[in-house]
Amino acid sequence: MLFTSSTFIFFLLLLFSLYYIIPRRFQWQLLLAASYVFYAFAGWECLVFIALTTVSAYFSSIRLTKLHESQSAYLKAHKGELSKEEKKAYKSSMDKKRMAWLLVGILYNLLVLAVLKYTNFAIGNINSLLDLFTADTSIPMLNLILPMGISFYIFQTTGYIIDVWRNKYQAEQNFFKLALFVSFFPQLVQGPISRFDQLSQTLFSEHRFNLRQITFGLQRILWGFFKKLIIADRLLPAVSALVANPDEYTGTYVVLEMIFWGVTLYADFTGGIDITIGIAETLGITLAENFERPFFSKNIEEYWRRWHITMGSWFRDYVFYPVSVCKSMLKLSKWSREKLGANIGKRVPVYLSTLIVWFVTGLWHGASWNFIIWGLLNGVIIIISQELRPLYEKFHEKTSIGGTKGYAVFQMARTFFLMSTLRMLDCYRDVGTCFKQFGTIFYKFNPQILWNGDVLKLGVSAADFAVVGAGVLVMLAVSLIGRSGSVRKKLSKQHISLRYAVVFLLAFSILIFGAYGAGYDSSQFIYNQF
Amino acid sequence: MELSEIIEILKDLHPEVDFDTCTTLIDDKILNSFDIISVIAEISDRFDISIPAGEIVAENFNSAQALFSLVSRLSDDD
Amino acid sequence: MKKQTTKRILAAVMAACIWAGSFIFLQGLFMPKYMSEIPEGALIAEYYKETTPHDVVFVGDCEVYENFSPVTLWEKYGITSFIRGSAQQLMWQSYYLMEETLKYEKPKVFVFNVLAMQYDTPQSEAYNRLNIDGMRLSAQKIKSAKASMTEGEDLLSYVFPILRYHSRWNDIKAEDFKYIIARDKVSHNGFLMRADVKAVDSIPYVVPLADYQFGENSYKYLDMMTKLCKDNGVELILIKAPSLYPAWYDEWDEQMAQYAKENDLTYINFLSGLTTAEDGKTQVINFPSLPAVGEDGAAVSSSDMPSSDTGGEEQKAQDNGSLDFSVDTYDMGLHLNLSGAEKLTEYFGKFLSENYEFKPHTDEDLLLIWEEKVNTYNQMKADQYRELEEYGYLKSFGAKPPKEAEKELSSGDLNKSENDLSSGDLKKENTEISD
Repeated sequence: MLFTSSTFIFFLLLLFSLYYIIPRRFQWQLLLAASYVFYAFAGWECLVFIALTTVSAYFSSIRLTKLHESQSAYLKAHKGELSKEEKKAYKSSMDKKRMAWLLVGILYNLLVLAVLKYTNFAIGNINSLLDLFTADTSIPMLNLILPMGISFYIFQTTGYIIDVWRNKYQAEQNFFKLALFVSFFPQLVQGPISRFDQLSQTLFSEHRFNLRQITFGLQRILWGFFKKLIIADRLLPAVSALVANPDEYTGTYVVLEMIFWGVTLYADFTGGIDITIGIAETLGITLAENFERPFFSKNIEEYWRRWHITMGSWFRDYVFYPVSVCKSMLKLSKWSREKLGANIGKRVPVYLSTLIVWFVTGLWHGASWNFIIWGLLNGVIIIISQELRPLYEKFHEKTSIGGTKGYAVFQMARTFFLMSTLRMLDCYRDVGTCFKQFGTIFYKFNPQILWNGDVLKLGVSAADFAVVGAGVLVMLAVSLIGRSGSVRKKLSKQHISLRYAVVFLLAFSILIFGAYGAGYDSSQFIYNQF
Repeated sequence: MELSEIIEILKDLHPEVDFDTCTTLIDDKILNSFDIISVIAEISDRFDISIPAGEIVAENFNSAQALFSLVSRLSDDD
Repeated sequence: MKKQTTKRILAAVMAACIWAGSFIFLQGLFMPKYMSEIPEGALIAEYYKETTPHDVVFVGDCEVYENFSPVTLWEKYGITSFIRGSAQQLMWQSYYLMEETLKYEKPKVFVFNVLAMQYDTPQSEAYNRLNIDGMRLSAQKIKSAKASMTEGEDLLSYVFPILRYHSRWNDIKAEDFKYIIARDKVSHNGFLMRADVKAVDSIPYVVPLADYQFGENSYKYLDMMTKLCKDNGVELILIKAPSLYPAWYDEWDEQMAQYAKENDLTYINFLSGLTTAEDGKTQVINFPSLPAVGEDGAAVSSSDMPSSDTGGEEQKAQDNGSLDFSVDTYDMGLHLNLSGAEKLTEYFGKFLSENYEFKPHTDEDLLLIWEEKVNTYNQMKADQYRELEEYGYLKSFGAKPPKEAEKELSSGDLNKSENDLSSGDLKKENTEISD
């Protein structure tokens, strides 16, 4: 069920009316049923996988909480009786038990993800290796299904198990509540990746019909459709055309590809998240924000704090920190500081962790070398900018340019183009093509395509470009207004006629200018496939 | 172990910050994740304790005092 | 507090009105009007302009709306009729049009052209639109759309066609504003007049098929039509209009004759008298005498069962009239032109009037209305002949030189994907012709 299909709209309307009619204590159960119905549309096999993930998370987390409880009960009961050594021995035995249950919980899930998502990638690489040595052996590719949104719900669930293991909170005792946390339908498709302690505050509670909240939710849904249907889906054909024929579209075309794809992905992904969060809001449920005007970032590190926030923080909390402070890394830290001196030595473990986390992030985005290279390059650029920081600071001290508005705009543009360059790896078919295309920017000089009409041969007409341009301007204006607080809150303080007019214009511009219906392949949300 | 030692470690990274009073080191993005890892490495090296990843949350790193309490708690536990 | 609530409710009501009003306005604006291009698209909606009942209602594809002339039927026999025809109308579309017609009136006879039997499944979005968009919103419209939808189509866009036509924002013309509320009539009770001539100049090669059996779905809807008519006491006449293309196979003809026999229906294949004239080139249909409708209400005339009296062909031709495809078609045998349609109507009207008892119409209003219709008809007829005289082709509405009209159908009002489909279909027809 696509968010932009009429089936989905019917589904939502039905759910919404039931949700506020039935007794409130059944609301979360209705959501669970709805989530499974939604997911069943993606194929019944998908239901098996999500159910198994829920089961694994339920039993391991319950055991983990039990072990935590019995440990503190034991220590309390024997307070003062145990020697320090005895206490330590007891604790470490309990640690081992917990570690076992943690591994049971997360290994199953990561294994499922690895097998479904990466088997063919691994086979492909092994085959290339075999090719080097022998001529005619090759392993056949497997025909595996990749259940919708599996990367998202497995990450969310794994985060939950780790949190329980860390004793951050206790395991959910009600199996069905946990099942709802794992499968809550608006976020199944493309995130955000929620944390249990945050989401559970509103997910299971009873919700009254709150007109203001529902209005806000609907406005946000509309805004999501605006971005998705008016900008992303209208511009996507141009990106597809540019990418499909890299030999023909070089030089300035590559710059266009970078800009178009940046705009398309932003509009599509944030639009989808707006719809997701908006739907949750109409149901009284608060989801974590996933974007914070990322294109206003002044450097890549900041960009990654503002783009796909829940994914970034997931990798930080569950990969980067654990890797950075694990025993062997600390040993390496000690060793490198002794051998290489404090200055360089202290950087080694941090940078190594950075590269590891970005390697994993790349791999998570897709089973291909494109994404691995993409991830590693992100890591490398972050490290370089970290190293250049003192240099910049000196430069800013000496010149007065640092604080000016113009410089800030320059920084934003720089970040946008850096990120757009990396993002080429999303699109072009292999790493070699990406580098080749990027190279043509510097030796193929063809800016005339911008005004000689060639740009209009990419499957997007002048009128389409005009609509996209207007849409981007609206998007920019909303972002600028949003810098100083919620746009919808500001709108709600305006005169009623203005409020109605804004929503009216939004809705009718989607109705008319949206790229939907016959003649458009309503493209899946781009992030869906990850 | 003293609070002053913790502050010393922090000062090493950001000499410009007043760690005696600042209580928003994470919230105001004064410390980034690189800094946090450096601090942890330094602490584990000096005091021979390990800070588990689960403890790396804003509440424990927002101020020198919070960090000091964390380190004290962890070393008591051992 | 109270005052504020009233104000809020008032604002909400006002907003709702503005919303609904704007929606309806935009929907009206974005719908293709089919006034200067593709007039076929305007046909279905014209039925609702009728204020008087009809003795006969035709349903079917272009083979009804191009080949029969209700005004001729009125002038010669005093029979009132309407053609609910549209381009490539499919079985289920015809069926639901019949069902819908019965909501408004109860004709004495339904005439259905059986060419559509060859299509067992939904065909093309473009034609679906031409057939269904013109219908008023009703259960029948929804059912028709449901039965017709090709893959990827959305039922909702038949209920709210703006969901389909919004992409015309780039293509809105003065015509779209002019005809938001009311449209001009393009047809004469469903008959689309074409006076120009383009003679048949070759004998068609008929591509043999692997399987001649009509599909189950087609039969299902034919059964439903039969039942609907029986239940409502309406006579159902199955016809195959005398279009030379697309091919009408003997095997198909047999199935229809068989079906008519089994169900006590009348089936007339107007192609059955088709012969090649002595010059070896000209195609001619000498209309045979039709068998009278028997006690059981059935009469069958198909190529398979030639009329019983075989002697004196020449004489019969004179009695019943004939079609000459060197003058009676405007597109080389695909459709009849005005003169062909009038001849065919005269022939068919004779059969109708001899076999069914139509009450003579005496209602003053009805007579006036039909007088008006006859006038308009004659006016257009005169105009078309004058244009043909002046320019050598039809210049005004719906009557452009065939090439140009074809181009328009493929690049006109409809949006891209539709274009592909409709031009594809045209190509298909063309190959059939040239083959």
